[in-house]
Amino acid sequence: MGGVDGSTRLPYEKLSRWLSTVEPEFLASRRAQAEYLFRRIGITFAVYGSQEATERLIPFDILPRIIARAEWAQLEKGLVQRVKALNLFLGDLYGPGDILRAGVVPSELVYRNPSFRPEMAGRRVPHDIFVHIAGIDIIRTDDDGFYVLEDNARTPSGVSYMLENREVMMRLLPDLFALHRVAPIENYPDQLLATLRSAAPRSAGADPVSVLLTPGQYNSAFYEHSFLADKLGIELVEGRDLFVKDDIVYMRTTEGPRRVDVIYRRIDDDFLDPLAFRPDSALGVAGLMGAYHAGNVTLANAVGTGVADDKAIYTYMPEVIRFYLGEEPLLKNVPTWRCREKEALAYVLEHLDELVVKEVNGSGGYGMLVGPHATRAQIADFSVKLAANPTNFIAQPTLALSTCPVSVERGVAPRHVDLRPFVLYGPNGASVVPGGLTRVAMTENSLVVNSSQGGGTKDTWIIDDAPARA
Amino acid sequence: MLSRTADNLYWLARYMERADFLARILQATRRLATLPKAYGGAETEWESALLSSGAAPAFHAAGLPVDEAHVTDFLAFSAENSSSIRNCIETARANARAVRTALTVEMWEAINGAYLELKAFGQRGGRSSEDLTRFLDAVKQVSAAYDGGAHRTMLRNDAYWFSRVGLYIERADNTARLLDVKYHVLLPDSEAVGGSLDYFQWNAILRAVSAHTAYHWVYRDSLKPWLVADLLILRPEMPRSLLACYESVVQNLDRLGKSHGRHGPAQRHGRAVLGQLENATIESVFHTGLHEFIQTFIADNHRLGALVSEQYLF
Repeated sequence: MGGVDGSTRLPYEKLSRWLSTVEPEFLASRRAQAEYLFRRIGITFAVYGSQEATERLIPFDILPRIIARAEWAQLEKGLVQRVKALNLFLGDLYGPGDILRAGVVPSELVYRNPSFRPEMAGRRVPHDIFVHIAGIDIIRTDDDGFYVLEDNARTPSGVSYMLENREVMMRLLPDLFALHRVAPIENYPDQLLATLRSAAPRSAGADPVSVLLTPGQYNSAFYEHSFLADKLGIELVEGRDLFVKDDIVYMRTTEGPRRVDVIYRRIDDDFLDPLAFRPDSALGVAGLMGAYHAGNVTLANAVGTGVADDKAIYTYMPEVIRFYLGEEPLLKNVPTWRCREKEALAYVLEHLDELVVKEVNGSGGYGMLVGPHATRAQIADFSVKLAANPTNFIAQPTLALSTCPVSVERGVAPRHVDLRPFVLYGPNGASVVPGGLTRVAMTENSLVVNSSQGGGTKDTWIIDDAPARA
Repeated sequence: MLSRTADNLYWLARYMERADFLARILQATRRLATLPKAYGGAETEWESALLSSGAAPAFHAAGLPVDEAHVTDFLAFSAENSSSIRNCIETARANARAVRTALTVEMWEAINGAYLELKAFGQRGGRSSEDLTRFLDAVKQVSAAYDGGAHRTMLRNDAYWFSRVGLYIERADNTARLLDVKYHVLLPDSEAVGGSLDYFQWNAILRAVSAHTAYHWVYRDSLKPWLVADLLILRPEMPRSLLACYESVVQNLDRLGKSHGRHGPAQRHGRAVLGQLENATIESVFHTGLHEFIQTFIADNHRLGALVSEQYLF
């Protein structure tokens, strides 16, 4: 909450004053209660390769992250602009390919991308919408505002934590809420359902049937899948619950087959249909792509959106926005070196100890190098990997990331954070619930906030009235 | 609703009910095992606990000695026994997780709480008699919380009806097994029916199903074996009796049939079994032979479970 000059940022003033009035024991007891609640409700995630526990709690911090309404309004505009551009971009990539012919984005970057789906080339999707649900990762630096760190256009997760964090906070710290005017987020599930319904194929009836497709309870995000299906009031289905006949998707129910119009799918393209993609996948539905191409079902998000998630494509997003919308991007990209470019690679290899280097297709914080925190040996190893396959990497500076106060063993300490707001996009327009998932690096000085790397979360408050300076 | 969801809910209810029953069996057996030898205790209690839980073949196949420590461990905690309390709760939780959307918060919290209790108990290591008592009480409480949570908070739709059908089919099976074991195994041949050992055993069975006080309210008489059988088979006011269970099974199957617009083999079979129970008297039951009567019932009840699966495409 500290500004560059060490003063308290305006939105945090009430929190700061409140903190000075509570005993350290109070915070400790609330922390313990929060953990108890999360465990009891069963808000867990599975950790791949972790032997001691298949289900783990994500560390939760009980102090809110606070953003003033005016700042949020700016951010919101930028998010909507970005997702609009992403949709036009994907429609173009699988359609006429104008942006490639104009030379704005190199074609080989698109066509050689493993997430590009040749099966989708020349196909229209219902309402021409590819990305119905996007999670845009945002960071802010201490001095000048927000940067986009990453676009998640495939199947962004974490929205259940945004909602549950709020519930737990309202239970534990009602007094703190009373001091603030916090924008509510609980209508997110309603908005999501409305978005899904509006995205149904035109052939669907007036009351389209939506389902949420999960890989099953051993998936790391299964809690979120079941939570969302519950809040939306739609069936949580696995591949084996669905079948396709005459290019129409049905689910198996106790009353016989029932037609499905919209599938909010939380499984990757590769596993959707063993006839079209990986033949060994038992998670998907044989014939689903046939029904999709026939225009009988909407998949949210569409097949092939992953190409826009790519970190190499990310570097072109400002140009992409200018190209389709003729507007200046409202949100900045983090300055990025594309290692596929010779000069950039040379620079990156020279400065590995100051940079963060990421695989273009990596996620969850795997396979990255955080230069300032790496040992000499790690840097040497990594430079070999990088030089061998430079197209696979991008590099970014370690920005002066802003921090938030976090409740720790010995009181309150600053930790690095990022923010993932969720953007919904349908034929009737875009919406962003005022909030998002704030992820926290729970270890001192660490920049890694991914939950698979031990990062935690906290509630995000958009407050209406920035208090006047006392 | 999804067929898979119906299947999960049905088995979830059965596993929670079975966990409760196993806890009751263990408590009753521990009580019986404390009887002084002077009362003629033939030490068949632990064998009978195995039989009434249906776990005897698996237990003997493992070649374990039939004593308190081994039987308790096998019925309560063994990972090898697919019907141990532990496996019931773990399977119930896995099913519950898969169908979280069909459960209310109360129900999920009861199951998840049971699972955490079980984990904590497993981690504490040594199990004193007191620990075990606490554990068995906790299992019964959890089952009651689950059942009560379902009753209070679930919408009255197919999710509820499938759960209830599972619950009552399981409960009927449990009551039937309990009675059968008492009549044919527990009492040594030399012991007179109506003797003091017999008295304590019937007493323990009534306690096991929390019907000790109920018996006296219904009959205002001392413990008589045929009256206990009457209570547990034919009395509609006794919630665990076979008749009461079947009234509920049929009621819930009928609601399912009505909402689906189709009555099938499951409804017809359920009704037939209920009819037999309604027309029976305790004299006719004993005339057929209690053991034979119960064996037929267990087979019929099992058949109903199969018919429900078939009809609703599990």
